[in-house]
Amino acid sequence: MATLEIRDLHVTVEADNATKEILKGVDLTVKQGETHAIMGPNGSGKSTLAYSLAGHPKYTITSGTVLLDGEDVLEMSVDERARAGLFLAMQYPVEVPGVSVSNFLRTSATAVRGEAPKLRTWVKEVKEAMERLNMDPAFAERNVNEGFSGGEKKRHEILQLELLKPKVAILDETDSGLDVDALRVVSEGVNRVRETGEVGTLLITHYTRILRYIKPDHVHVFANGRIAESGGPELADKLEAEGYEAYTKGGASE
Amino acid sequence: MAEAQNIPVGSTTAGQIAVAAESTVATRMSAPASFDVADFPVPHGREEEWRFTPLERLRGLHDGTAVATGDGVRVDVEAPEGVVVETVGRDDARIGRAGTPVDRVAAQAYSAFEKAGVITVPKETVLTEPIRIAVHGEGGTAYAHQVVELGAFAEAVVVIDHTGDALLAANVDYVLGDGAKLTVVSVQDWDDKAVHVGQHNALIGRDAGFKSFVVTFGGDLVRLHPRVAYAGPGGEAELFGLYFTDAGQHQEHRLLVDHNVPHCKSNVVYKGALQGDDAHAVWIGDVLIEAKAEGTDTYEMNRNLVLTDGARVDSVPNLEIETGEIVGAGHASATGRFDDEQLFYLMARGIPEIDARRLVVRGFFAELVQQIGVPDIEERLIAKIEEELEASVA
Repeated sequence: MATLEIRDLHVTVEADNATKEILKGVDLTVKQGETHAIMGPNGSGKSTLAYSLAGHPKYTITSGTVLLDGEDVLEMSVDERARAGLFLAMQYPVEVPGVSVSNFLRTSATAVRGEAPKLRTWVKEVKEAMERLNMDPAFAERNVNEGFSGGEKKRHEILQLELLKPKVAILDETDSGLDVDALRVVSEGVNRVRETGEVGTLLITHYTRILRYIKPDHVHVFANGRIAESGGPELADKLEAEGYEAYTKGGASE
Repeated sequence: MAEAQNIPVGSTTAGQIAVAAESTVATRMSAPASFDVADFPVPHGREEEWRFTPLERLRGLHDGTAVATGDGVRVDVEAPEGVVVETVGRDDARIGRAGTPVDRVAAQAYSAFEKAGVITVPKETVLTEPIRIAVHGEGGTAYAHQVVELGAFAEAVVVIDHTGDALLAANVDYVLGDGAKLTVVSVQDWDDKAVHVGQHNALIGRDAGFKSFVVTFGGDLVRLHPRVAYAGPGGEAELFGLYFTDAGQHQEHRLLVDHNVPHCKSNVVYKGALQGDDAHAVWIGDVLIEAKAEGTDTYEMNRNLVLTDGARVDSVPNLEIETGEIVGAGHASATGRFDDEQLFYLMARGIPEIDARRLVVRGFFAELVQQIGVPDIEERLIAKIEEELEASVA
């Protein structure tokens, strides 16, 4: 069973000619089939955790370990991490001019699966996945994220999640900027992947709203660069009622 | 592609549409067009038409000190049956009919060549195979002139392939008879040290179609002037260009479409990718719609993709309109970056770095490459792009 183990992770970032520590010792284990919600106020370091796990060059790991099935993730390049089974659905997906969605998806699937998917079954697979996400087929011929609305970008991220079938999916504020209809469609996509039981999900969010659609097994409160409290779904209800105030007093990292 | 806000440091993208009696296209030149090199002062680098060009790297082509050597370039012509291939003296009446040199180096080439090549496709001859002109630099200095002439309703594809090392100033005339169709692919695949300057003039006959692909990969310095004028109404020009400018290279394309006749069309699309320190691409796109050129339809576009830091693009579209009685006129220029965030996004989907760059650059050039229609050239271009990218990642 696939397991992502994060131990005592410390991460810094260079900003304004100074080195700033954003993650201050994160410990977390995500197993296949589990869904962990990471909730926290702005600036608590949630997104830094997501991007550090994916290997964004902006972040420097100063200590700690990240293992995926015992393999050292931190030693891997960004593309190796993806091929090993890590997936990051980004809060702000990047525009890639000149590259069509269909070309991008096929290149990506070829890289992750280790061989080019058979054309006939692939076309069908993409078409069905797009239909499930209420995406217009014409979407496939547009350039990656270019001119996409906020909702289209998030659907496109979840489309990739469905097609790439990772072992561990990190969803970085996938709910932000979505109206209720789009949130429902996107959440259904995530749930389809979760129901296979083959993915461990790390759901990073600021709001409890998405947790009405995607039910977590574990909820962690992230504050000041580390996990401040962990619990079951009931912890989300407490946050809904009380907010983050109890965790941020004198401790916000920015 | 992102517009102005994405232009890298050190690049300029300027554009203007002038509607005026005074022609900036004419006044920006420091001397009127002439076949005689003596009519042009030696440039100092501050002149409008020379300000982007590193003169010292012209190695004397601009000041009369570069003397032709015996081992300049070797020219081999391969032509299908029905085509007349000649080498003629300076006094041949067919030379210089498509246009007059507009700068000192073009005039130098015109004043200095000894023999010119003339290729004639007789009227109503439709070729099914391309004419291939291989220009191979042998390391020396050369001045050259080539004429390609199509009779009325003739159709031909001409591939001019520049390879090797040379210091070359060479002009080309394309003369299209009424209803003729000419596609020209000029590939500048020079070795690293080569210097190539030239003016390519096309004179498009009534209802004739001229399609040009200028493909520049190699050389230390390449500076070309593709220029078009019309001999009768109904003419169409499609000017396409691709360049891949590497570290230290200077590649400059200065276009002029002179709508001097009513009811003609022109469409200009030049795309360039740049990578490496001091890679410098210059694109000047002048379109002039003269007062008598009613019914003109023109569009020009330049796109640049900057793959690494340290590269510089100067892109200057300039549209000058002397009549309002036209079908359409427009221009666009944009310089975008392939940046670390795009790379991260693609790699985060499992795509290795080299494949990510390949995906972006191939996508960028694809629409132009696919229109060339000469399979071996298309394949070579794709291979060349891949080679350039491999080198950059390694």
